[in-house]
Amino acid sequence: MANFWNKFTIKQKLAITAWLFLAVPLVFYITIRFYPTFEAFYVSTLKWNLLGAKKAIGMKNYIKIFADEDFWLVLWNTIKYALVGVPVSMLIAFVIAYWLNEIDFGHDFIRAMYFIPFLTTAVAMAWVWRWFYQPLPIGYFNTMLSWFGIPQQPFLRSVTQGLYSIMAPAVWAGLGFQIVIFIAGIRAIPRSYFEAAEIDGAGRRQILREITLPALKPTIIFLTVVSTIGFLRIFDQVYTMSADSAGGPLNSTKPLVLMIYEFAFDEFKLGRASALTVILFLILLVVSLVQLWLMRKQK
Amino acid sequence: MIDVNATMARLERARPGTVILWTLLFLGGVVMITPIVFMAATSFKTGQEVYELSIIPDKPTLANYVFILQESKFMRWMLNSLWVATFSTASVLFFDSLVGYTLAKFDFRGRHIVFIAILSTLMIPTEMLIIPWYMMSRSFGWIDTYWGIAFPGLMTGFGTFLMRQFFMSLPDELIEAARIDGWSEFAIWWRIAMPLVIPALSALAIFHFLGNWTAFIWPLIVTNDPDIYTIPVGIASFNGEFQMDWEIVMTASCLATLPTLLVFLLLQKFIIRGIMLAGLKG
Repeated sequence: MANFWNKFTIKQKLAITAWLFLAVPLVFYITIRFYPTFEAFYVSTLKWNLLGAKKAIGMKNYIKIFADEDFWLVLWNTIKYALVGVPVSMLIAFVIAYWLNEIDFGHDFIRAMYFIPFLTTAVAMAWVWRWFYQPLPIGYFNTMLSWFGIPQQPFLRSVTQGLYSIMAPAVWAGLGFQIVIFIAGIRAIPRSYFEAAEIDGAGRRQILREITLPALKPTIIFLTVVSTIGFLRIFDQVYTMSADSAGGPLNSTKPLVLMIYEFAFDEFKLGRASALTVILFLILLVVSLVQLWLMRKQK
Repeated sequence: MIDVNATMARLERARPGTVILWTLLFLGGVVMITPIVFMAATSFKTGQEVYELSIIPDKPTLANYVFILQESKFMRWMLNSLWVATFSTASVLFFDSLVGYTLAKFDFRGRHIVFIAILSTLMIPTEMLIIPWYMMSRSFGWIDTYWGIAFPGLMTGFGTFLMRQFFMSLPDELIEAARIDGWSEFAIWWRIAMPLVIPALSALAIFHFLGNWTAFIWPLIVTNDPDIYTIPVGIASFNGEFQMDWEIVMTASCLATLPTLLVFLLLQKFIIRGIMLAGLKG
């Protein structure tokens, strides 16, 4: 055995070792990642309820989806989660990070208060938020509104407010992560940039606009993409918080992933559900490609 | 020793503006933790007291905790979550760093293709794979098993990429020297390279463990038997059972949050640094 092994050159030995190290992972990636990916595309061309026979129907699932009014509503809901959630959370996170960075006294303590929500389980916190949104006399938000003489709001039970009431806890939970990344980004900017600007007599605003923000561009792109993808895939909060039925009232809070879940595991329309996952995949792919393109321009 | 200059600088900065700023940030922080404080406070309240606005309960009680631990399967779910998350994190630490190291430090034909292939899995959303994973779990009998919950996350493209970045910054001479001393390749990785990337490993461990602890959609799909539920699935199942007993639900939510919170409070500096590290490199 040793004799046989010694016939190889050092370079060959290293290559063999490398493939040995990669053997188990490659089996994993092929069976648990790549094969299922192709299977998702394949199932999206079938009419299949998991138990009965598979029937190839080509692109019919996609045609049905695009003809379905609910799909367009759900797609628009999904986009709303990202379109509103991303800028709002990024703006709040940046303002807090920018000022928190200026503070030495109790810095870690205050940062911890903002970060702790990131460690919570969405499903567990959903109960707390649902309680906060209750009508009087139980609900805390409505109690607070009543102090100012503002009439009761329906929050989760409303077709117009439901989506934003579900978005709020998602923004709340993600804020800590965004703040920490922003602070890391601000601290990575060389001090000399700021010193030079101060010597040139630049004011705080000018420094923010002409030095801090441009230098943070990679951080901003990174966070935008990560949170866009996060909001486009929102599920936990909606599943556990929405009123009437999951995604209610009247589907007004239902995102794409919940629609996928219902088609696949409530109605067992696996073909239709798979076609929806392919659509989700394409949307996320576009987001990732935009990121790559923006990052390339950077360098 | 008192650093006079630093103290002076600090005093100088403590102008009224700074005090106002500090207070505003502090109040914002209080708003952030209100839901959590509220949840914790309610878990010590009796049923009659629940709807009162006070934070501190009049007659604090542990009855809700006793009820949750005795009357529900909460302990079981806790152990399920702990076991799945630990197993999965151990696997990710081992395999992601093994693959990351191989891709960073071995020169062999096909290295680039393997790297691109693994990196490309980052583009595939979990939701797309859930249906095939479910079909797979059904045909292999993985429904309602720990393996069924854990198998999709045993290796990750993100972790592999992160570890590769860190291993690339290790000097090649170190590895060459160990090779000349007759160390096996596995021993070089495990005993020389691994100890040098512990910060990266701990960042990866924290991320992966937290992700697993809070994961919802896949455990929800792959488990039907309440004995196998993870904590999030178990808490979501309260929906029908204890609908309006808010103090009970708050207690369960509190128990679910406690472990991650404790770990964070103990290792705050470490965890924040890890997240900054992963965020900047990743």
